Amino acid sequence: MVGAFPLDIADAIIVSLMALGLMGLALQHSPHLITNIIFPLGAIASLALAATGFWALGEPVSHTVLPLGLPGLPLHLSLDPLSAFFLILLGGASFGVSIFSAGYFKSMPGNTLGLLCLEYHLFLASMALVLLADDAYMFMVAWETMALSSYFLVTTDHHVPDIRKAGFLYLLIAHVGAIAILLSFGVMQGGHGIGAYTFAAMREAHLSAFWASVAFLLALFGFGAKAGLLPLHVWLPEAHPAAPSPVSALMSGIMLKTAIYGILRVTFDLLANSLNGQQWWWGVLALALGLITAIFGVMFAAVQGDMKRLLAYSSIENIGLLLVGIGLAIIFHVYGKNTLAALSLTATLYHSLNHAFFKSLLFVGTGSILHATGERNMGRMGGLIHQMPWVAVLMLVGVLSISGLPPFNGFVSEWLLLQAFLLSPGLPNSYINMLIPVAAGVIALAAALAAYVMVKFYGVIFLGQTRGEAREHAHDAGIPERIGLSWLALACVVLGLAPVYVVRQLDLVTQMLVGKGLGNATPGWLFLAPVDMERASYSPVFFLLAVLGVMLVTALVVHYFYHGRLLRGPAWDCGYPEQTSRMQDTAEGFGQPIRRIFEPFFRIESELPGAFDTHPRYHGRSEDRLWYALYLPVKRITEKLSSWASLLQHGRIHLYLAYTFVTLLVLLAFV
Amino acid sequence: MMSSNQALGILLQIYQSLLVVALAPLLTGWVNQCRAWLQNRSGPGVMQPYRTLRKLFHKDAVIAYNASLLFRATPYIRFGCMWLAAAIIPIIAVDLPFSPAADVIALVGVFALARVFIALAAMDIGTAFGTLGARREMLVSFLAEPALLMVFFTASMISHSTQLPRIVEALAQHQFVLYPSLAFAGLAFVIVLLAENARIPVDNPATHLELTMIHEAMILEYSARHLALVEWASSLKLFAYISIGIALFLPYGIAEVGAMAGNWGSALPLAIIALLVKMVLAGAALALLEALLAKMRIFRTPEFLGTAFLLAVLGLLIHFLLGA
Repeated sequence: MVGAFPLDIADAIIVSLMALGLMGLALQHSPHLITNIIFPLGAIASLALAATGFWALGEPVSHTVLPLGLPGLPLHLSLDPLSAFFLILLGGASFGVSIFSAGYFKSMPGNTLGLLCLEYHLFLASMALVLLADDAYMFMVAWETMALSSYFLVTTDHHVPDIRKAGFLYLLIAHVGAIAILLSFGVMQGGHGIGAYTFAAMREAHLSAFWASVAFLLALFGFGAKAGLLPLHVWLPEAHPAAPSPVSALMSGIMLKTAIYGILRVTFDLLANSLNGQQWWWGVLALALGLITAIFGVMFAAVQGDMKRLLAYSSIENIGLLLVGIGLAIIFHVYGKNTLAALSLTATLYHSLNHAFFKSLLFVGTGSILHATGERNMGRMGGLIHQMPWVAVLMLVGVLSISGLPPFNGFVSEWLLLQAFLLSPGLPNSYINMLIPVAAGVIALAAALAAYVMVKFYGVIFLGQTRGEAREHAHDAGIPERIGLSWLALACVVLGLAPVYVVRQLDLVTQMLVGKGLGNATPGWLFLAPVDMERASYSPVFFLLAVLGVMLVTALVVHYFYHGRLLRGPAWDCGYPEQTSRMQDTAEGFGQPIRRIFEPFFRIESELPGAFDTHPRYHGRSEDRLWYALYLPVKRITEKLSSWASLLQHGRIHLYLAYTFVTLLVLLAFV
Repeated sequence: MMSSNQALGILLQIYQSLLVVALAPLLTGWVNQCRAWLQNRSGPGVMQPYRTLRKLFHKDAVIAYNASLLFRATPYIRFGCMWLAAAIIPIIAVDLPFSPAADVIALVGVFALARVFIALAAMDIGTAFGTLGARREMLVSFLAEPALLMVFFTASMISHSTQLPRIVEALAQHQFVLYPSLAFAGLAFVIVLLAENARIPVDNPATHLELTMIHEAMILEYSARHLALVEWASSLKLFAYISIGIALFLPYGIAEVGAMAGNWGSALPLAIIALLVKMVLAGAALALLEALLAKMRIFRTPEFLGTAFLLAVLGLLIHFLLGA
């Protein structure tokens, strides 16, 4: 008998996170205590949360009922392998971000910092509660707390009008999504009265195929709004640049994953009874939406000039990839191919974990750059590798990981996803079989474009000559920032090098969701072979050692047999004498080919100088067509409707009394 | 204890790697010589790349004042990646001990890793040509890479494996079947090969005309041993690509380690002769192709490579439709 269930410990950690937040608010007159004590303590709590999740992964599911909530509506919590996995993700990534925050927020004034500290820890605690909730009521409370606390975090700099606007957009879409989730829970509880709001009751409810589909679609819409699924993505590129960088990291790295958690929970757990051969189109829908989102996200990332907007669009791409994995898993599962479903789910979960780490790494890294240069526009940076070597090296790890390059972690999950695609033939539905190759092609295209985007991101920021005014004063990140960045980078490397171990742990989750684990064809730890060794295998350790070994031997041989003499001189550049830093590509310049190739997808406004302009000026903007085609019409309709409604409002009390009187008369006529 | 098969495998692995590293410049020399003949020039001889390498290694390296460590490490990384690629492709024998470390998807990843580093190194100095080259290289590759992946997928679908040795076995050592899907894939592969190896019509390896170069623009700032390694790695890349083409479309004659244990005295020389003959023919064909085509404008390249991508996807679709 274990003294305390992992769930109790997780509860205690969540409560202590909230307490830390309150302490931060109380300590707002001594800001150095907040950064030096509260944030590191919060980081330790995060790490403990990850450890608890790790422990719970192999334990039986534990439940608890909290003595809180409305009368007759107690709050239920439970910790099963799916929750445990996402707790690991939450704790692991937020540890690095919190340590980073300890250094990053040092210069913030006390009263802002106190509030931020409260919201930050409340945000973490509510995300953990979303993962642990075992009834719809608890889930919605945690979900809304998460939305509100992150809204206040996004609007930390609320005196800037653009940031207020971005925050409002975020809050609006979050609430539209929350309504859909609430309705989805309402459908799933199936009208069984007040006792049926727990997840356990929803699992038991037998829904007709129609209502199950309605519940799924509502959930996909609601969670999709939080994840940034097309066409509900518009808040991401606004809210992420507006928020302080560690907050962007938490939102992009972790909060988006709670939406993925929600989709997995609803589809494979709550609706598990209804998931059968009829529902294959759920998978196709998710797959198609995921593909469109992925390609859209990466295309827009390629044309951005603001480094945080670029990362936000890249998050949209990654969410698309995750949804592709979920869609594929649904398709395999409904056709009874559970090993393949487990493979797709493993790829999805692995990619969630990877994205949490590398995207957090890149976002907090942009925070360091922002502090050092005061710029978000990449076109005014350049050459920062010389002034910020720590940030540059650690972010290189993140850039290589997110580009899906071996032997880093992003490659492993993409590899697993592509393997799942390659194993797809033999599905009984010929339409799906036709879709699969096209889908694999789109995935490959998105992955290749992601490398393009990341070369642009890293090259324009860190390499080359300094653009614009000199940034000699740019300084490297401080010690806590370095520790935070190093932790996140280390996770990217370890997840890349030890896939066999990670996949074995993920088996516990896929066992729960689709009843099958992946296992590993080989007993050792060296080769990752998802199905069998003859079919496919990959060994990142071997890979790394081979490349490093050859590099080392080559360097030694070259230096020994020849020489290692090195001279420095001015750049050659084909002998052109007048080289200024303005002749390098800017972010816009580097993205120009993509803009040209995919021109129909962008709404481009550009202003080109004529041949005789005395002050030639170039100006170009690539905007989202969906904003103009979908959101602005919706906004206009809403405005029109509310202006009609306002005809009734005059603010005069006798008119309102007249309305009441007329209503009463009409009602009497009916009765 | 290692079985004799394993020992033989490791020996063959080392042998193949060294052979490929040694032969790669020869292939480049042969292609250049063929081009010279086709252009009615006498040409510098097939050994010219070795002489160039020797000269470059002896020179003192000059790099720009603001070159970072990334710039200096990249030639070694690129060389390591290409060497790894050459080690996992079944060139003279299948079932080499290294091959399970990376399948075809990882092979595409190796090329991508090398490419990302060379593009970053090109941006490191911050010259106009460097960034131009990096941008164009990434432009070419973001279409060529998925096309290559689709070609591999078609072959993997036929052989039910993403391991190159299994693909070679399935295509070579079973009865001879014509695969219509592979025909499309083959065409796409040729286009990818031309694009990824900086060949006409996408790029011109002989040019120093600033506005048309891609690969040369990226490596303008390299000199001496760094340049030598970059050039050598490029030769290795060409060798690796042609070997992939051979493995996918003409896999006859590649030896099997298991079968070789008994009679490797005959299988190995046969494999090497087969390799040399195929390389001579492939090099000549490449030179002929380059002599017949004209360099296209950079803005036409996406269309050209888009064709390759569509052909490869079409090949995969045809495989699904016809089952072959």
